[in-house]
Amino acid sequence: MTEQVARPVKIRTIGRRTDRADGVEKVTGRATYAVEHGVDDGVVDPLHLWLVQSTVAKGRVSAVRAEAALSHPGVVAVIDHTNAPRLHDTDNRELAILQDDRVGFRGQIVALVLAETLEAARQGAALVEVDQEVDPHEVELTEHNATYRPETVNPDMDTDTDEGDVDAAFAQADVVVDHTYRTPYEHNNPLEAHATTAWWESDGGDERLTMFDSTQGVHGVAQSLAPMLGLAPGQIRVRAPYVGGGFGSKGEAHAHVMAAVLAARTTEGRPVKLAVTRQQMFALTGYRTATISHIRLGASADGRLDAIEHIVQEQTSTIREFAEQTASPTRMMYAAPNRRTRHRLARLDVAVPSWMRAPGEMPGMFAQEVAMDELAVSCGVDPILLRELNEPDTDPETGLPFNNRRLVDCLRHGAERFGWAARNREPRATRDGEWWVGTGVASATYPANRMPGNAARVRSLGDGRYAVAIASVDIGTGARTVLSQIAADALDVEPSAIDLEVADTRLPAATVAGGSSGTSSWGTAIVAAAQRFRKDHGDSAEPGLETTATPADDPAEERLSFHSFGAVFAEARVNHWTGEIRVPRLFGVYSVGRVINPMTARSQFLGGLVMGLSAGLFEDSYRDPRLGHVVTQDLATYHVAAHADVLDVDAEWLEESDDTFTPMGSRGIGEIGIVGTAAAVANATFHATGTRVRSLPITVDDFSGADGI
Amino acid sequence: MDMHLTLTVDGEEHSLDVDTRTTLLDTLREHLGVTSPKKGCDHGQCGSCTVLLDGRRHLTCLSLAVAHEGASVETASGLATDGLHPVQQAFLEHDGYQCGYCTPGQVCSAVGMLREATEGHPSHVTADLIGEVDLDDDEIRERMSGNLCRCGAYVGILDALRECASQ
Repeated sequence: MTEQVARPVKIRTIGRRTDRADGVEKVTGRATYAVEHGVDDGVVDPLHLWLVQSTVAKGRVSAVRAEAALSHPGVVAVIDHTNAPRLHDTDNRELAILQDDRVGFRGQIVALVLAETLEAARQGAALVEVDQEVDPHEVELTEHNATYRPETVNPDMDTDTDEGDVDAAFAQADVVVDHTYRTPYEHNNPLEAHATTAWWESDGGDERLTMFDSTQGVHGVAQSLAPMLGLAPGQIRVRAPYVGGGFGSKGEAHAHVMAAVLAARTTEGRPVKLAVTRQQMFALTGYRTATISHIRLGASADGRLDAIEHIVQEQTSTIREFAEQTASPTRMMYAAPNRRTRHRLARLDVAVPSWMRAPGEMPGMFAQEVAMDELAVSCGVDPILLRELNEPDTDPETGLPFNNRRLVDCLRHGAERFGWAARNREPRATRDGEWWVGTGVASATYPANRMPGNAARVRSLGDGRYAVAIASVDIGTGARTVLSQIAADALDVEPSAIDLEVADTRLPAATVAGGSSGTSSWGTAIVAAAQRFRKDHGDSAEPGLETTATPADDPAEERLSFHSFGAVFAEARVNHWTGEIRVPRLFGVYSVGRVINPMTARSQFLGGLVMGLSAGLFEDSYRDPRLGHVVTQDLATYHVAAHADVLDVDAEWLEESDDTFTPMGSRGIGEIGIVGTAAAVANATFHATGTRVRSLPITVDDFSGADGI
Repeated sequence: MDMHLTLTVDGEEHSLDVDTRTTLLDTLREHLGVTSPKKGCDHGQCGSCTVLLDGRRHLTCLSLAVAHEGASVETASGLATDGLHPVQQAFLEHDGYQCGYCTPGQVCSAVGMLREATEGHPSHVTADLIGEVDLDDDEIRERMSGNLCRCGAYVGILDALRECASQ
């Protein structure tokens, strides 16, 4: 693979509002998602698959009795651990389904029903009788059982950090804030359920697996399945032309993908379609663990931090480890010479936690930013000034200089736009009719991530047109549109001269649409390929000439600390009689490098703010403490923000460019909108009512009393 | 058990045998290849499957196909038969979507909602139950709350529909 240093591009189309490349397809519903492909795409006469799940938390499947299901009209096969195709590698116990009789959590896949119709598959699944032997299990996260120290936390960060003498600093501190903050189990709940269409073909002994999958990364799916199936990644083709949201849960293949692939192995080439039900998603497609954050802040009387401690307790699953990096933002956010962070897990017989938008930063910054608000109150310092006082000169964890840390600019700009100066510092001081009114602020941050392992191809089509190809996936972010803009500027042509091809493993490799890394990683690869193309073929290349290139490593990455920053402002109103909470205003200001498309970027920020508001007030995957499964397993009982919940929400960003980080000057924007938002809402409800809430979601129960709040 | 059914979908007549268990949504998606209405929850909780059924907005996942013999269904795709519907154009203009999965349902719901308001149907937030409906922001938010958008595009949807309501 040709390596090319990607140099800053001449900005022409980047930064301009550009209409979404796939807008008409989306507003008409003609865009085709994973189980919507027909004969034109090779999906001929498909069978339908339905999942049968365990009803015990831990144990063994002693028998799967399929007679009734198999005699139901339309049912073709029932597959269980006794007759499922064997896998070559079963180390990933989340994916290695139906390979033995063990059950690791309630809701695990224990059988599959294949049928000619959806109705027959569903009824067939209801007719399958599964006998299970029950083993003792542990399913509840508590402060007593979350004691296991993982080797690293997601993705490969230190589990613990220590700097200075924390205990001595607390002993000498004028002011100590010492509280425990909690966030609940949360489920990503993209509107398109996880779904896969899969079929196998044999071409002279060479086996090929073809899939349409609702995924954030097509190459990632092929790479994780290939060794388990005994295939080379090149034998698997995965496409994801349209994906109905993901928010992290489609970042990796989950068990249902293997279910579709194993079932398709038995059908002699007939495609198999599987759409996970909304209810099944609560057990099978990932979620954010609940977190318990013990935070201590030690400061001088005027609010200067001398010690920060963040001890996190959360959970993982016994069948596959995932450790959310909840204390990671605490390590770099504020200056304090003495710092301690810890992550400890409870290993439970429960479904496997995974990525959900801003893993680590979202729950961690809720805890830290509410704690900072408490410190501001304790010291009698304005919350914005408190953050300015504790602004570090260099990254407190690494000692590296920050590349353009503009938290204070975000706070000041936001304060001006939000009207912060008019705020009465006293809590519980403003009443409007039956509503207590308050405002709150919180900081936001997210690391700038650019992944290795990306490449792009540029081919001349003649007449000044170019085909640009990379396997990246647009899960709604606007990647299709933004990458066309980047390609256009890198080749110095109009976006309309670019034919962009994405979301297919036959195209040059792309990493996952996650961790706010997509545009930075893919865009840099496109710039590298375009610049190499010009070097190799000049400005007027003959049709058919092409270049594939990958960006060369950038040494600047090791000399600087790259993070995005933001400030979130919220107004909350809490009803005196009922405790009802409304958020009439939510406003975020972000420093994210150069914004490539102001229209799609704004939607990303607003979407993050809305999801943060939703986490602040509504989302809670409530578990049955006996078996550890989620009982609020649908969109009626797991409420996500609906239209009437979302009032005046707005976002702005600082005009800037981070040319050191990417040749486009951008840093990534997908996650930061959710970070700090729930804290800003919580801080606003404190200011409104004088009642401090340290646990999400914030509900009427936190405020209401017999005589009003 | 199968039953015979005739349906008009986006102006095209269909005659087919369907399993009595089949929802209107699955009939459209799995039997007629009409995938504009989306399946988000299959329980009437998200609104992604909304179509205009005989002119009114309707959740197709909550209805059995055989209960709608002779019905006429219009999907977001059908709304764009002769160019985009003004609601669709406004969604594009105001970026009232991201992933696009809830969008056809939002569009159909919006078209139905605008019609209901014109006909004077009050909502939960309408102060005057018998007068004309003034589609202010609160009215639009309330009337569109049956359509969830996990990407959080509500601000853009509101901007789009405020524009449509004023035309």
